[in-house]
Amino acid sequence: MERLLIQNGRVIDPSQGLDRVADVLVEKGKIAGFDLKVSGDCQIIDASDCIVSPGLIDPHVELREPGCEEDETIETGTAAALAGGFTSIGCLPNSEPPIDTQAGVEFVRQKAARARNVNVYVVGCVSKNREGKELAEMGSLVEAGAVAFSDAPRPIHNTDLLRRAFEYSLMFKRPIFDRPEVLELTHGGVMHEGRTSLVLGLPGIPAAAEELAASRDLRLAEATGGRLHLVNISTTGAVELVRRAKARGVKVTASVGIANLVFTDERLRTFDSHYKVNPPLRSSDHVESLLAGLADGTIDVIASGHAPRAVEKKMRELDQAPFGMNLLEMTLALVNMHLVVPGLLDWPAAIARLSCNPARLLGIPKGTLRPGADADIAIINPQARWTVASRQLKSKSDNAPLCGVELLGRVEHVVVGGVLRF
Amino acid sequence: MNAVAADFGPAPSLWKRRHLLDLESLSAPELLCVLDTAARFKQATNGCRSKLPVLTGKTTCNLFFENSTRTRTSFSLAARRLGADTVEFAASSSSLSKGETFIDTAKNIQAMNVDALVIRHVSPGTPHILSNNLQCSVINAGDGAHEHPTQGLLDIMTIREHRGSLEGLTVALVGDIAHSRTARSNIWGLKRLGAHVIVCGPATLVSRAWESFGVEVAYSLDEILPRCDVLNLLRVQFERQTTRPFPSVREYALLYAMNRERMARAKPNILIMAPGPINRGVEITPDVADGPQSVILDQVTNGLAVRMAVLWLVTSQGE
Repeated sequence: MERLLIQNGRVIDPSQGLDRVADVLVEKGKIAGFDLKVSGDCQIIDASDCIVSPGLIDPHVELREPGCEEDETIETGTAAALAGGFTSIGCLPNSEPPIDTQAGVEFVRQKAARARNVNVYVVGCVSKNREGKELAEMGSLVEAGAVAFSDAPRPIHNTDLLRRAFEYSLMFKRPIFDRPEVLELTHGGVMHEGRTSLVLGLPGIPAAAEELAASRDLRLAEATGGRLHLVNISTTGAVELVRRAKARGVKVTASVGIANLVFTDERLRTFDSHYKVNPPLRSSDHVESLLAGLADGTIDVIASGHAPRAVEKKMRELDQAPFGMNLLEMTLALVNMHLVVPGLLDWPAAIARLSCNPARLLGIPKGTLRPGADADIAIINPQARWTVASRQLKSKSDNAPLCGVELLGRVEHVVVGGVLRF
Repeated sequence: MNAVAADFGPAPSLWKRRHLLDLESLSAPELLCVLDTAARFKQATNGCRSKLPVLTGKTTCNLFFENSTRTRTSFSLAARRLGADTVEFAASSSSLSKGETFIDTAKNIQAMNVDALVIRHVSPGTPHILSNNLQCSVINAGDGAHEHPTQGLLDIMTIREHRGSLEGLTVALVGDIAHSRTARSNIWGLKRLGAHVIVCGPATLVSRAWESFGVEVAYSLDEILPRCDVLNLLRVQFERQTTRPFPSVREYALLYAMNRERMARAKPNILIMAPGPINRGVEITPDVADGPQSVILDQVTNGLAVRMAVLWLVTSQGE
């Protein structure tokens, strides 16, 4: 279909300050304009009672292929993203082998193109084999299409390597994504260190481990002029560090995983390994700080934190099960229920953090409905209720803790590059 | 059921649980119900010596994923005293080494029609996870650093035997609180029954956060010693510590070992307890361990009574 008309939706596009009911015309894969007169052959989508938003963008998703296909494949992961309203995702390099070569980047991009679900942008390794010792060939990775560098979910432990990574990446104007964590303090940790971990007798992951690393990262970014993105911060101290760094003019952005906004460490009282995630679910005081940081713009991006893990790996003792939660398909509903409905963020602010800001972070011409832009659109019904059923999830993994739970807010349709894909 | 067993009567109606997973979730009446039942078993079996076949025809399995000698033996003997059949399952001799998950292992054993699984595991929460996946009763015999409910109960039973009530007593748990499941079970049980609980040890092993649960936190044994009615000297869990939390065993003993000099400054009727196995010379000197205030061996005998009570109570549900 050459033309697509999305009628009667509440069009929200923070990139151009737009929030009104309008008809959106899509032509030849691009946004043609609003409320245009249309004649002739045209596919029509009725978006009454729905929000029409630029497609959501998650800058750091684990797709696991190659090597960990029992958890997820590029095809299933991108299908899950699509069903969750995402039209572009950044793919983290923690596959096996990790994405540290041109061939690795090309593999992901080809697989993603073949899956025809969403746009996939590759986040290449900072270090060769993600070992944290020597820089990966960043220039070659960029040439092959990588848009950022990261060893996440593993932190960049070696401070000298991080410094060189900041300096070297400046040549390509690409950001370094670090998951801030001092490994000596988190080693063996299972959950947030606090009252709950004390009662449960589980090894803790102290907030200070994240804050020390974030502080180091920020100082180095400041000293080198490098661009830093802190992946999924989770503590009061980290929010405050980013807030102050931004005030000083440090080139930093930060994301928060949706799980860290809606759950606390109390969830682990049932010893359910679904709630074992990294960064760990924190106590409610940290959650309050994250919400405040999200509201005042300190935190730029709401990420799914999607980290699929095969059920047989999760069915282990809590301290032996891997970290990770399956969230791509639930993120938007959780944002609606926990942030928009209680009045913490309005829809334009939520969409800025789910689409416009992540697009800027990845340096991609997305996250907008401006005429002429690629037609990547999510159509969201904020009133629709649905119940999570693991067998209906597109993701390959069952590590979704919300199975059987009724959620409010559903993705009705998704348009990618002008094509109705969902 | 023979006459002696029939005379013992039915299980108390107050008890409704099919599992014993922790003491944190038990109410004071439930705790007293187990303790009273244990005392009755102890009396009816002539101090845990003779048999009382109230579990004839039932089967219990000791599923120990972690080494244990006394707890395993105690559970086995308790089951046999009650006339149950009991089988042993050791992780080293199992298919765990072949990669089977612990849930599958437990389901296999349950499929052989076991009435109660007594489980010990290095990972906290393992008994809780199993209780959600199995139909048979699950008894926690120690899950990592989380809880060891029958140990907590036998400690409390021993104090009750000597002091009648827990109300108003000051009980200090001394040593490696961080890695101790015994400490956690004691804390919940003792608090619920009205005792004042102090946790005392090196600051690296005693979190200040315990204060938010109404527990007194102390670093100096000498300071708290004159106030204590009971000292429970926990073993230093060298095997659970990833990094050494204190400079040397010598320094630990200097600060926390219960010895003759400290005994002289304690209340004359103080009770000295230790969950065992004890490191003689580390947390307790031999003269104190074998001295007149030591009730360490009473604890072991009461362990049998408590485990008889627990096995009977949880397997009597739903009949």
